Amino acid sequence: MMKASVWHRAVVGGIAGVFSQGALAEYAFNLQPPASQVAQDVFNLHNLIMLVCLGIFIVVFGAMFYSLLKHRKSKGHQAAHFHENTTVEVIWTVIPFVILMGMAYPAAKVVIDMKDTSNPDLTIKVTGYQWKWGYDYLNDDISFYSNLSTPRDQIEGTAEKGEHYLLEVDEPMVVPVGKRVRLLITANDVLHSWWVPALGAKQDAIPGFIRDSWFKADKIGTYRGQCVELCGKDHGFMPIVVEVVSEEDYAAWVAGKKGAAQVAVADDSKTFDMAEMMTRGEQVHLANCAACHQANGAGIPGAFPAINGSKVASGPIEDHVRLVMNGRPGTAMAAFADQLSDADIAAVITYQRNAWDNKSGDMAQPVEIAALRSGAESEAGAPAQ
Amino acid sequence: MSDAAHAHGHHDEHSHGHPTGIMRWLTTTNHKDIGSLYLWFALIMLFAAGSMALLIRAELFQPGLQLTNPDFFNQLTTMHGLIMIFGVIMPAFSGFANWQVPLMLGAPDMAFPRMNNWAFWILPVAGLLLMTSFFLPGGAVAGGWTMYPPLFIQGGISYDLTILAVHIMGLSSIMGSINIITTILNMRAPGLTLMKMPLFVWTWLITAYLLIATMPVLAGAVTMLLTDRNFGTHFFNAAGGGDPVMFQHIFWFFAHPEVYILILPAFGIVSQVIPTFARKPLFGYASMVYATASIAILSFIVWAHHMFTVGMPVAAQLFFMFSTMLIAVPTGVKVFNWVATMWRGSMTFETPMLFAIAFVCLFTIGGFSGLVLAIAPVDIQLHDTYYVVAHFHYVLVSGALFAIFSGIYYWLPKWTGHMYDETLGKWHFWLSVIGMNIVFFPMHFLGLAGMPRRIPDYALQFTEFNQIATVGAFLFGFSQLIFLAVVLKAIKGGAKATDQVWEGAEGLEWTVPSPAPYHTFETAPVVK
Repeated sequence: MMKASVWHRAVVGGIAGVFSQGALAEYAFNLQPPASQVAQDVFNLHNLIMLVCLGIFIVVFGAMFYSLLKHRKSKGHQAAHFHENTTVEVIWTVIPFVILMGMAYPAAKVVIDMKDTSNPDLTIKVTGYQWKWGYDYLNDDISFYSNLSTPRDQIEGTAEKGEHYLLEVDEPMVVPVGKRVRLLITANDVLHSWWVPALGAKQDAIPGFIRDSWFKADKIGTYRGQCVELCGKDHGFMPIVVEVVSEEDYAAWVAGKKGAAQVAVADDSKTFDMAEMMTRGEQVHLANCAACHQANGAGIPGAFPAINGSKVASGPIEDHVRLVMNGRPGTAMAAFADQLSDADIAAVITYQRNAWDNKSGDMAQPVEIAALRSGAESEAGAPAQ
Repeated sequence: MSDAAHAHGHHDEHSHGHPTGIMRWLTTTNHKDIGSLYLWFALIMLFAAGSMALLIRAELFQPGLQLTNPDFFNQLTTMHGLIMIFGVIMPAFSGFANWQVPLMLGAPDMAFPRMNNWAFWILPVAGLLLMTSFFLPGGAVAGGWTMYPPLFIQGGISYDLTILAVHIMGLSSIMGSINIITTILNMRAPGLTLMKMPLFVWTWLITAYLLIATMPVLAGAVTMLLTDRNFGTHFFNAAGGGDPVMFQHIFWFFAHPEVYILILPAFGIVSQVIPTFARKPLFGYASMVYATASIAILSFIVWAHHMFTVGMPVAAQLFFMFSTMLIAVPTGVKVFNWVATMWRGSMTFETPMLFAIAFVCLFTIGGFSGLVLAIAPVDIQLHDTYYVVAHFHYVLVSGALFAIFSGIYYWLPKWTGHMYDETLGKWHFWLSVIGMNIVFFPMHFLGLAGMPRRIPDYALQFTEFNQIATVGAFLFGFSQLIFLAVVLKAIKGGAKATDQVWEGAEGLEWTVPSPAPYHTFETAPVVK
């Protein structure tokens, strides 16, 4: 039944897809429905080129298959012996050239439009990390990270997969509808690439360089995309979600974000007890560390070291904090000093030293991280331990 | 085998003390032996890298992680790509060149037989380095066959082994190319002018120049990776004044001509096969030669179309878009020529011809998707999606690989002295051509719908086309066992092949007995 419906859809959709626009979206035989002018231009350009290719294909292979049917030895066809005809050869060189010129003109117009990032209403810096995205709203001073929110058990097949499996995040990028959004795109570790198909924006994120791109969403809605440049183990698990909202909703979201930021700052000067630290630390561990070191801290032998029972987690706490803050250059271990708040670092260190089989009993507090942070900065550039 | 060698190699002193057994193959300087070695190496590697592809497809049969973990999945995609390119397609074409170039030119052997031996025998070393890296701590290379830094800098010991393997394979290609160019330019039979050479020889001559021009570029790029990894240089590290994108420019300056290295000899094989079975000369010999040369020259100025999403200035974006579109012109000339050669011929459809026809038709689909990808704005949408995977498998599987099959069936009777099993050959063809389309055609739709490449798990809307592709992959993969059976059967026995083998075949290789004796053209033939 399942198989039959796949084939039915493939055949019916294939036929309908060629002829009707409506079927294209329904059967997903073409690009996603555009939600910006650039995406619409690309959509039209692709359809135009496909039609031209289809025309050429029918003419050339119509001739070939006619020949295959008629000019066979089994039908008694005698081979002609013509070859080399300059006129024919000039014609079949010039005609494709002219067709290509016809394609090049509209394509060039779209290229120029895509590259024009001037006069933005809003600028967002996008940073690719192994394996999450960071967004900094330069106009409003808002910063946050956007992690995959699909639960692990759905990926491992022990739970039913949700509707937006692998295309959902904890904190989406939120932008107002009808505004030109300029993206400043970079990366922290390796290459990534930021892509939302319906918005027609894709740009590689290159560590050490900033490249820009832009989009203007025409319709309110949620648009989903993924990282499209191989960035290591969890390349397939760092989606992008853009919520396009009305201008009022956007203003409300900005206000809410600024309130949350103040709470986070306040946390950095608080003192937590062990239970609070362990709860918060587990969340930070799952969001930032578990991709490599695993939720149970066992790591992946040969690829990613274990935290459970490791020397780092039982040795001096300062070394543990420094490792988390500075990373290990030349490996996948990133520097988290700029990614996590003092409270989050303190929590995750405490958690890792007291969870699983680790029973060091010691804990870190945000103020201690702040003290080390000023020390760590003066050590920047020195190789990690 | 060695008896046959003695029987045929009756006159020169080599054959008297000729080693037997394994030493015969290790020390051989005979172009036919070395050609066979290359082809067997390619076949073994085809099954190795093909098994990886089946594992990839099995994992992608449904969403979720079933058989692999993400890191191992990346190792599979990376090694599948590297081995298929450097271990299958390129050695297979070298095998054809070794067997056929001397036979087609009326030359007794390649120009540098001892270097020829070396060019082959370092290849298995490279293959071994690649394959054993699966068993090292951290596993095999998982950074993609394109080896982009900084990801490539992060890996373990197997990344260094891979760099070494790439160096060795590059060295092998350069030695092979020097040999082929020297043979073609100096050892043609009297009267065989350049413009009378079979088209297969022409395409390999041009391919060999491409290899010599670009392999050192690749060697440079991976050497910089090696020093960045181990000796603290910062060629590709922005923090030290380097630029990760510079690697991509250097890499694609090699890898775009490499794309034509993988397809020009295929053009050559198909240009031999189609006239034979259409019983009609190639329509435009001269324009085919010029078109091949144009493609080769253009291949050096289009590299950055692989990089439309890195963020180049408008002028560069437009230049690379226009120059890439231009390649459609000489490629079109080739397709039109093949169709015009078939037109009003007297065609028969033995397996080599079937594969050649499938090549023309399906390679053109890959050409069209290439044209779609040449349009920069469309490419920006489709870059690094399954559309690209569909595109390059249409040109490399139904293009390069089908041409290799076509060539094997075409020349196998000459090499073994026996006709292959035509019924099995036709089964192999039909299952391959159907399977291949079931795997790769749906990938166009996956890419258009937004599925990124190189991911071990995917969102639910991609499920159905992935399932179709996986079913096709297993059909296509297991059909290749028929090919192995056909080859082994033809080596063991079968109907005796005539010298001419095919009714419409023309050229010097069809004037020698079947199987071709160990030493041929000891006295050069005269071409009128």
